[in-house]
Amino acid sequence: MPEKNYSEINPAWEGRKPVIVGFLCNWCSYRAADLAGTSRFGYPATLRDIRIMCTGRLDPTFVIKALREGADGVLVMGCHPHQCHYDEGNYKAMRRMALLRRTLAQLGVHPDRVQLGWASAAQGALFTETVTAMTERIAELGPLEWRDTIEDIAPRTPSPEIEEVAHGK
Amino acid sequence: MSPANDHYAYYPGCSIRSTSKAYEQSTMKVVESLGMTFQEVEDWNCCGATEYFSINSLPAYSLVARNLSLAAEQGASDLVAPCSACFLNLHKTDKYMGKYKDLNEDVNQALAAGNLGYEPGSLQIRHLLDVIVEDIGFDTIAEKTEKPLWGLRVAPYYGCLIVRPDSKYNPEYPTHLDELLRVLGATVVDFPLKTHCCGGHMTQISDETAYELIRRLLHNADEYQADAIATICPMCQMNLDVFQPQVNRMFKTDFDIPILYFTQLMGLAFGISEKELGFGSEVVSANAALKKIADEAPEKAKKARRDKKALPMPESLP
Amino acid sequence: MTEEKVGVYVCHCGHNIAGTVDVEDVAEWAAGMPNVAISRDYKFMCSSLGQELVEEDVKEYGLTRIVVAACSPHMHEPTFRRACERAGLNPYLFEMANIREHASWVHTDDINAATEKAKAIVGGSIRRVMELEPLEPFIAEINEPTLVVGGGIAGINTALEIANAGHPVYMVEREPSIGGHMAQLDKTFPTLDCSACILTPKMFDVGNHPNITLMTYSEVEQVDGYVGNFTVRVRKKARKIITDLCTGCGDCWSRCPAKVVDDVYEAGLGYRTAIYRPFPQAVPKYPVIDVDTCIYYEKGTCKACQKFCPTDAIDFDQEDEIVVLNVGNIVLATGYKLFDARKVPQYGYGRLANVFTSMEFERMVNASGPTGGKVLLRDGVTEPQTVGIIHCVGSRDRSYNQYCSNTCCMAALKFAHLVKERTGAEIYNFYIDIRTPSKNYEEFYHRILEEGAHLIRGRAAEVTDAARLPGEEGKLIIQAEDTLIGKQRRIPVDMVVLMAAMEPYDDAVEVSHRFGIGCSEAGFFTEKHPKLDPVATMTDGVFIAGACAGPKDIPESVEQGAAAAARVLTLIGQGEIEIEPIRATIDEDRCSGCRICNNLCPYSAIEFVEDLGVSRVNPALCKGCGTCVAACPSQVIEGQHFTFDSIMAQIEGVLYDRMEDTERVTYLGSQPAEAK
Repeated sequence: MPEKNYSEINPAWEGRKPVIVGFLCNWCSYRAADLAGTSRFGYPATLRDIRIMCTGRLDPTFVIKALREGADGVLVMGCHPHQCHYDEGNYKAMRRMALLRRTLAQLGVHPDRVQLGWASAAQGALFTETVTAMTERIAELGPLEWRDTIEDIAPRTPSPEIEEVAHGK
Repeated sequence: MSPANDHYAYYPGCSIRSTSKAYEQSTMKVVESLGMTFQEVEDWNCCGATEYFSINSLPAYSLVARNLSLAAEQGASDLVAPCSACFLNLHKTDKYMGKYKDLNEDVNQALAAGNLGYEPGSLQIRHLLDVIVEDIGFDTIAEKTEKPLWGLRVAPYYGCLIVRPDSKYNPEYPTHLDELLRVLGATVVDFPLKTHCCGGHMTQISDETAYELIRRLLHNADEYQADAIATICPMCQMNLDVFQPQVNRMFKTDFDIPILYFTQLMGLAFGISEKELGFGSEVVSANAALKKIADEAPEKAKKARRDKKALPMPESLP
Repeated sequence: MTEEKVGVYVCHCGHNIAGTVDVEDVAEWAAGMPNVAISRDYKFMCSSLGQELVEEDVKEYGLTRIVVAACSPHMHEPTFRRACERAGLNPYLFEMANIREHASWVHTDDINAATEKAKAIVGGSIRRVMELEPLEPFIAEINEPTLVVGGGIAGINTALEIANAGHPVYMVEREPSIGGHMAQLDKTFPTLDCSACILTPKMFDVGNHPNITLMTYSEVEQVDGYVGNFTVRVRKKARKIITDLCTGCGDCWSRCPAKVVDDVYEAGLGYRTAIYRPFPQAVPKYPVIDVDTCIYYEKGTCKACQKFCPTDAIDFDQEDEIVVLNVGNIVLATGYKLFDARKVPQYGYGRLANVFTSMEFERMVNASGPTGGKVLLRDGVTEPQTVGIIHCVGSRDRSYNQYCSNTCCMAALKFAHLVKERTGAEIYNFYIDIRTPSKNYEEFYHRILEEGAHLIRGRAAEVTDAARLPGEEGKLIIQAEDTLIGKQRRIPVDMVVLMAAMEPYDDAVEVSHRFGIGCSEAGFFTEKHPKLDPVATMTDGVFIAGACAGPKDIPESVEQGAAAAARVLTLIGQGEIEIEPIRATIDEDRCSGCRICNNLCPYSAIEFVEDLGVSRVNPALCKGCGTCVAACPSQVIEGQHFTFDSIMAQIEGVLYDRMEDTERVTYLGSQPAEAK
């Protein structure tokens, strides 16, 4: 689909468009994205996806990292509940994401910027809908530019003692 | 009973204040004995019945939404209507306002003229039967039952209005009224036409059409040897009761089936007097039927000896 | 790391990618990324020339890592891994950037957006490939025996194919006999040949095959291991019969005083005794005592069967037995159950006596069934004059199952024929659409039409005994809209047959978990690919066949059974299989022993080493999901090939245009260098 003019939705987009980092599980949602491709379902070119084996692998740090490095939103997608290739990784992602969204809200990130969705390997259309809906939501919320806010809380170059604690030396 | 729901906004509707006073009388008695508080919506107006929507929909929706707005203002989370038509209109308006943005805007604009407004979804719209079955529950009702309706054969009549799409009960063949009557001790007969139309306002337009619909229902209840039909809607009660003599005249039948509100039967089982429950106001007298209520539980029909030739019958769903 | 040399190859895929993505721009841009030694674009990377290009560059320029930007890794990752291997490069130092399915094909009308996105994807892959480590695949040996779960026609066919090829098979069946639903049927469509006549010889072969070990009245309780090496725990329920002594003479069940409705084999339409053999041709021939209905287990007395047993084969104290099997492959052929027609109350099943389900009707027309093949009403005496057959009960219905149940149209037409043949009654079929897409099926449909069955196009609204019109008294009335003439019709009939849908068993979801495979919401097992790999599952070494994966008729189930057998035979023939080394590892020096990971693992692959006070991953059991990796509070579990650093680097890569600087930066929480 032709690129939208996002500044019409929110003037703060002037000069750029939303960037969403996606974490897609290898078995369901990554294949749903493949299917969207083979079916030629168009969706906004806002998603930049990263394949992980299972949403259970999703370290909350990845989400924070993506937001910190300039993403306006993060979309995590896995297999539907009950259909996880690894039995229950998606349930673990569900719990982690709930907690993460609450934590991020306290750090000034609107919970809608970090979303969890499901799509089976046969649901290219659902994948497309999810990305489109998320893009619309992010467009409304405007750019995040979180690194400016977060620099004080999590400095890019940690102080030596934090390094020490973090690495258990 | 869930503690959150001990307080309900109550929308009586017009019928209950005119043609079906017995419904309200018995409802209030039953509600009181179950320890529930119904707070009447102040300054409520007509729900528009069924016709207004087909004539001019925006005023019709606004008329209903005015009641929703007033009820929400009272701070209740649930709005109860004993009349099926009122329930349907209130429920439909709330649902459509939530679903259709334009309608919501138009209706709220209309309400704003009277300094009112309604946010769809802020009230749970419930039928009285649903509140009693869901929030009170069969266990409490069984405990309250002092004088079981032993021996009384009742046909449970739901009418067509509470089974419209979105019902949480099976819309094709609901059974929650069956279950309630069974808990009260009555013998519940199968009533295949339980969700068929009572004729509605057709009695005022084409009596031939309406009487045929009423005849089917009475005939079906009679076939299953019901002593009474239990209703949950003023319109159903009126059509089947008031027009029963006319139906008999037109079809040369001799139906004599009293049409009772389910709350009247609940009240009886709870030990409340007939007078307090509004008995006596029905056209087809309930006296003969009420005499059938026995002091002892009917003997369980002996399991018939298995007919060697007959094929086993599937058990009904638990 | 600075000596690493990355080669980037951007594929045109003809016009598939190059039509939407400016591939030259992407390749040129990639050349500017750190560590990229060479960057090219090429028409078809997957062609032999494209692959050779990579191989030659590795040799000529000393490339140490490869990124191919083309299609999905699910398409060509194995292709390029093999190319790397041929060039002497560890195949796990290769990364596929998916710029076709995820970019060019979904942003077809915006070349700028598609190119920008392709760069982000390639950028992520370049950063990621730098963090990858060489890995060696595991080699797993394939154990020769195969487990087949389910003894219906699909499972029978699988077992026979494998056993005839000379390999051992264990067959586990829940019921006392194999045969499945096919054993209940009378005639099979469209040929109308006798079901038992074609099934019984196959059942006999399974029972007597030297390579098949048959375990009926048994269930799989637990499955561990992986392709080639599964350990399976089977519970053999106590039959209460010493099978070595039993001759199957039948003196026991003919003397048993307990008569109960047989809900399984007779579908509720007939009776059996408490000690019973489901049907005369049962395999194995031994009966079983149903302890729930046996008088002895209820009252402590009776033992009639024991008294009359000529060989003393009854053992009331027999207990369940646990058998542990080691198998290389598993085929699930667990079949289907019939939709419970009572859930559609408007059709009156369970309320109106003369409403029957399709399986009840199958038993009725079966010569060995409760009526000896006569079509009779519930009273067991009266022949119906008119019969209504309602299609799509519990299928093609959003309230129950949305899917088409596939077999019922043909079965309903078969019923129409059989009723006509046996009674001469008038037949009314109520259908939404008639679906007869297989060989000779449409011809059968026309034959039934010519035989005079009435087919009414319209879903039946209700079945009622509430008579309204003259001629309806004492009948069942089917109300439906005949959509071909646009009229409501009320058809009075004597008997109604409901074509109930095929559904997964109630415990299908549980079973899918036990075998580590996926299933749909409804509970049908999920195939690896619905078109190209219909009998494999996402779990290597576990295959599916027949109606457990979706409604199927007999020919389809037979085909799937054979297909699953072929897949198993391929693996047995190979003898061993490479397994991707995507596993979790724990740095034991830094493990605090908190044991959080122990319970998280869905495969119980993490054990706690008591004397060291640390957790350890069993690589044979680990499947590499990474759940424990994300959960470790000390960050000492690493997921191979999807390491913390590789994902963090990829995040930076995909955000190449959003980063303040493209330098790799230390981030709070990253793995320290010595952990690697």
